[in-house]
Amino acid sequence: MDKQLDAPPGARSDARPVLEGPDIARVLTRIAHEIVERAKGADDVVLLGIPTRGVFLARRLADKLEQITERKIPVGSLDITMYRDDLRMHPPRALARTDIPGDGIDGRLVVLVDDVLFSGRTIRAALDALNDIGRPRAVQLAVLVDRGHRELPIRADYVGKNLPTSLRETVKVQLAEEDGRDTVLLGAKPAAPGAHP
Amino acid sequence: MQRHLISAADLTRDDAVLILDTAEEMARVADRPIKKLPTLRGRTVVNLFFEDSTRTRISFEAAEKRLSADVINFTAKGSSVSKGESLKDTAQTLEAMGVDAVVIRHGASGAPYRLATSGWIDAHVINAGDGTHQHPTQALLDAFTMRRRLVGRDAGLGKDLDGRRITLVGDILHSRVARSNVDLLHTLGAEVTLVAPPTLLPVGVESWPCEVSYDLDSTLTKSDAVMLLRVQRERMNAAFFPTEREYSRRYGLDGDRMSKMPDHAIVMHPGPMVRGMEITAEVADSDRCTVVEQVTNGVSVRMAVLYLLLGGNEPAVTHARPTEEK
Amino acid sequence: MSKTLIRGAKVLGGEPQDVLIDGATIAQVGTGLSAEGAEVIEADGKVLLPGLVDLHTHLREPGREDSETVLTGTRAAASGGYTNVFAMANTFPVADTAGVVEQVWRLGQESGYCDVQPVGAVTVGLEGAKLAELGAMHESAAGVTVFSDDGKCVHDAVIMRRALEYVKAFGGVVAQHAQEPRLTEGAQMNEGVVSAELGLGGWPAVAEESIIARDVLLAEHVGSRVHICHLSTAGSVEIVRWAKSRGIDVTAEVTPHHLLLTDELVRSYNPVYKVNPPLRTERDVLALREALADGTIDIVATDHAPHPHEDKDCEWAAAAMGMVGLETALSVVQETMVDTGLLDWAGVADRMSVKPAKIGQATGHGRPVSAGEPANLTLVDTAYRGQVDPAGFASRSRNTPYEGRELPGRVTHTWLRGKATLVDGKLT
Repeated sequence: MDKQLDAPPGARSDARPVLEGPDIARVLTRIAHEIVERAKGADDVVLLGIPTRGVFLARRLADKLEQITERKIPVGSLDITMYRDDLRMHPPRALARTDIPGDGIDGRLVVLVDDVLFSGRTIRAALDALNDIGRPRAVQLAVLVDRGHRELPIRADYVGKNLPTSLRETVKVQLAEEDGRDTVLLGAKPAAPGAHP
Repeated sequence: MQRHLISAADLTRDDAVLILDTAEEMARVADRPIKKLPTLRGRTVVNLFFEDSTRTRISFEAAEKRLSADVINFTAKGSSVSKGESLKDTAQTLEAMGVDAVVIRHGASGAPYRLATSGWIDAHVINAGDGTHQHPTQALLDAFTMRRRLVGRDAGLGKDLDGRRITLVGDILHSRVARSNVDLLHTLGAEVTLVAPPTLLPVGVESWPCEVSYDLDSTLTKSDAVMLLRVQRERMNAAFFPTEREYSRRYGLDGDRMSKMPDHAIVMHPGPMVRGMEITAEVADSDRCTVVEQVTNGVSVRMAVLYLLLGGNEPAVTHARPTEEK
Repeated sequence: MSKTLIRGAKVLGGEPQDVLIDGATIAQVGTGLSAEGAEVIEADGKVLLPGLVDLHTHLREPGREDSETVLTGTRAAASGGYTNVFAMANTFPVADTAGVVEQVWRLGQESGYCDVQPVGAVTVGLEGAKLAELGAMHESAAGVTVFSDDGKCVHDAVIMRRALEYVKAFGGVVAQHAQEPRLTEGAQMNEGVVSAELGLGGWPAVAEESIIARDVLLAEHVGSRVHICHLSTAGSVEIVRWAKSRGIDVTAEVTPHHLLLTDELVRSYNPVYKVNPPLRTERDVLALREALADGTIDIVATDHAPHPHEDKDCEWAAAAMGMVGLETALSVVQETMVDTGLLDWAGVADRMSVKPAKIGQATGHGRPVSAGEPANLTLVDTAYRGQVDPAGFASRSRNTPYEGRELPGRVTHTWLRGKATLVDGKLT
């Protein structure tokens, strides 16, 4: 459709794609294999996506893991809004769904899935949120893009693409489920005072 | 949303839907091993109750504690209020202790409005019931219960109560629950009918956005939800109706009457119920009666209100959703 | 004797004239009067009225000196252009004996700002059960002619009948506060659309109208005259109009606030709007204005009801009822009656001075502005417009509903028997 070729709402005119649809599918496949390898068969893996786009990525990863292992992989979502450390700096956000698979996370290997790893604060909040839900055997992190600029001692176990960026740049992940197409866009940040990273 | 929650009439449709959606997520916290969120850590909320209401107070208290707020309970009995201290002085004393929000229950209509608008204090004010005026969180938990039962738990997300037919029966005149429900249900697109003897309807009710009927039976068949309001026995002495028996015969809900309701229709009651008066035990204990659910939902809805008013640096913005950026 | 020449004043709003005051009386009215030996006041087109008479004032002394005293109340009266006020009986102790009314009367004499005519209670302690010593109060130095339980209604039909009959012996009048008590239990505001929404106890119009209807019939039956305090509803107007058409000897008053304000203001829950009788609807306000214009309502009376700050700085239900009014009455009447074309200044003089003096039998007040009459006068700058600032009130209390509201007219001078009590807007 022609429409897909138009710049989607929110995309900056000067944003350029750094990952396209086929790249995203390929890196997810790679991550799935890495998980199976490192988790020795992924017997006890639970995938938890961080809303919004982390949830779609987690579902895609689960599909790929199921193809590899021919087993059902539990997948859910973990909303971290109420655990954010910047809550007091903005109006409250609408909450997203936290959906923990039926057997819970106790004693399991939880792989958190998010689209972009940046300051690490989201992941810190996710670890806090997990703490209130159960006690996993271990927690790992899978991200589509690691753009650097960590503010906390956090690193990803599985990275789709390392993307060195400057703080004046923005990274925008678009996924078919939410945005109509798969792409990762790198753009310049508009000079908006008060915009948060 | 506004800074305070004083009246259900102050909520826009988007405000109300956001609160109900947020409450659905809050409800899931109750299913977790640790029923607590860190969201209001470091915030102090005072429950300022000038009128006895253990139910409402513990519901707010549970909501506040689940969000990790520091909670101060202040009840008028045995306090300086009974020694003649004014509402203003009490509120200012509490604010001097660094209170971020005041949840107030007061016997005088308009007391929360006064507290919020007279410049006495800066804290957020949440109305937990004032006189015969408003009880907005009750209306929200009622709407939440209706949406869950009539639209669906997940199917209801983002939706209102468009076209649902809701009937409120009983002492409308003295009921803050009725006033709040009429306002909120109208905002959410429901069609509201009030049923009561003419003595228990306020003069001026004709200006409310609802229908009025004196006849319960003809309304029941056209109702998706029937909410019964408590009728206090002392009203009988003030000649609002001749006898309890006559009241319950004409306006009480018993099994026979309930069977005339559509199969999907529910029976609601804000509690406490007067069994044998407005509701028979058979109805109160039936599956269609949502009284216990309403209590559970009250905690979720109050968590949602507290989060959306106090969780950020200003109340939640409802006209536009903030864009996701990380 | 001192002389004052008021030059170029529109007497009762007519053509500019000079008025010469000599001592306590008006010596001359005309044009081009000689100013020899007189202090000259350049009226410059201001309107000169007979000193205003308020048939309904609460001076609070004795008992509630924290809200008003006879001295502060009469200073407020002079500021508002009044030369005579009738002080209501609901003091502590109640003005139901010759002793109390004489005390109030004497305090008024000492104040020197305004004549104070005490109103006697109809029943002992305003309790509505037993007639007070009406004759003794009439025969006292205070010479009481107006009796009222104001604040409470003489609700018992037999007591009301007896009071109406009894005061005939000495030409007194009973001023009824028309409020059926059972219909107004727990009442907080006018019963209607707004009360239904706000959840405040309704005060139905019928609670006032039913008492007025009963009392005009009683007055007719026993051949007495009756005065109705602070009439507030369109229905009450109809009843009084009907009674007058039947020849019943009834007079009625309206307050300035009922000529201007409606119950919509209660939406603010600000108790400054809490008053008895309550603010009504716009339809009532318009009916009251029309009735005052056509004479169905005889007079404007302030129902000046001072309350200390703490009695209004609270939630609605806990607040006291009443508003101060002496210092804003004339401005509100100009706004609602004169500037709307319903009444001219001669009409204002009639409703705010001549008629109230006549109903209350106040000698020396409400007289024509002509030679030989007592020099009780008020000079009004009718071209003025300004915001009401309670900080400038002479009253001890500030519970005005007009704070910050722009109103026309300002009283610049008041003379009580030739002595200036207010000069250029300042009390002497």
